[in-house]
Amino acid sequence: MINEILWPVATLGGLAIFFGVVLAYASKKFAVETDPKVGEVRAVLPGANCGGCGFAGCDALADAIAKGEAPVNACPVGGAELAKKVAEIMGVTAEETERMVARVICGGDCDNAKQKYEYQGIQDCKAAEMLAGGSKSCRFGCTGLGTCERVCPFDAIHVVNGVAVVDEEKCTACKKCIEACPKHIIELVPVSKQVRVLCKNTEKGKAVVEVCKVGCIGCQKCVKACQFEAMTFDNNLAKIDYSKCTNCMVCAEVCPTKAIYADFSKRKKAYINDELCIGCTICKKNCKFEAIEGELKQKHKVLEDKCTGCAQCAVKCPKKSIEMR
Amino acid sequence: MKLVVILLSAIFVNNFVLSRFLGICPFLGVSKKVETAVGMGLAVTFVMALASVMTWIVQRLILDTLGIAYMQTIAFILVIAGLVQFVEMVIKKTSPTLYQALGVYLPLITTNCAVLGVAILNIDSNYNLVETLINGIGGALGFTLAIVLFAGIRERLETAPYPKALEGFPIALITASLMSIAFLGFSGLL
Repeated sequence: MINEILWPVATLGGLAIFFGVVLAYASKKFAVETDPKVGEVRAVLPGANCGGCGFAGCDALADAIAKGEAPVNACPVGGAELAKKVAEIMGVTAEETERMVARVICGGDCDNAKQKYEYQGIQDCKAAEMLAGGSKSCRFGCTGLGTCERVCPFDAIHVVNGVAVVDEEKCTACKKCIEACPKHIIELVPVSKQVRVLCKNTEKGKAVVEVCKVGCIGCQKCVKACQFEAMTFDNNLAKIDYSKCTNCMVCAEVCPTKAIYADFSKRKKAYINDELCIGCTICKKNCKFEAIEGELKQKHKVLEDKCTGCAQCAVKCPKKSIEMR
Repeated sequence: MKLVVILLSAIFVNNFVLSRFLGICPFLGVSKKVETAVGMGLAVTFVMALASVMTWIVQRLILDTLGIAYMQTIAFILVIAGLVQFVEMVIKKTSPTLYQALGVYLPLITTNCAVLGVAILNIDSNYNLVETLINGIGGALGFTLAIVLFAGIRERLETAPYPKALEGFPIALITASLMSIAFLGFSGLL
């Protein structure tokens, strides 16, 4: 009776202790030195394993950051806040980076662009692309079958009326959609820049007009209108240099086909605080739109209908008396 | 000749996943991409071969001699878990490349029923040590074959037109059952 209980208990107990001892010994003997920073960095990373950083997952990124192979702000999901935390662990200061968002460079929705043929194949942009470049009349435009929508891990991109639109609140700039898009029309842009050229068609004006109502026809009006040299023209397309763009939206105003889009309701105006203004005329000299008037030693005034909200006056004002709102 | 029969039987006729329905969890879980499926298959092959031999030794030398063969299941779980942990540590130290390749799958299969299944089947079939090893490797190769084929089909399913209600696991289970029926065809092989 005793034997029947004792032997199994003793045997299994013995086996367990044996393995326990072996494992304990092995963990000491075969211990691999790991950088404690890896664990700390891993703890603050989001843990979604989305791969947006280009590494195999959060563990791999933590490893790379600790080794110094990746920058502290490599995680596009966590943004500036996370970069700061990681930087603290790594003992460096994070550079402030402007939050980027994906933007679909096409305005050719069902109302603006025509259908070349009726597509009935697999509902996938890559498949449609193989069939004469998709069913949309413009071969540069968004196919609108939602391949980007399906790869987005954050539910931030949706096909609306035949064109993919990014929800800039939700977008984390993980670049999944950029890789998935067979038309290569999704780009990362700084979130604060409101003006966008919504066309990728590199053909000549006439050919563009034939296929889409809102295509860039290459008239270069925007290039002449831009006061900040932010608008360049290359390969029959207008392109904005976002490092120079001031959100003045003048290009969108002059664009005849409205291929340049800007939300004018978000346009800001300059307001001069009379108590702080010393009448130095610096703002007046720097205004490219002659929207500020006033003589030396007198309070200046902004002409609201001329002000484009480029904020150059606010940047230059030595007394910080100009507010954009 | 008997060894060849055991090997072929373990791979095709008594395929662990498709005939015995063991190891379904990794079969469904890690079969979205061929690449990861191959990784999983490699790790399973490695562990199964090792576990077969170890459990055989434990059974014959300890459990049988003490007359407590009924403690087989618990003892085997203990042996397999301990073994995999040990092997993981050794590999991590000695061959980081192999450790990277096997990755997260190695600890995952510690508790895989296919591994325990092959160990118990070896004892039940009264195999000797060599036959045990062959059966372990064969079973694992069968698992690898099944999961890689399955992953290939699932990759193609991504773009296949099927009813939306079947998206995800339903279509995967239907696919698995069809594969299982296909593997039944091997039953006349031996």
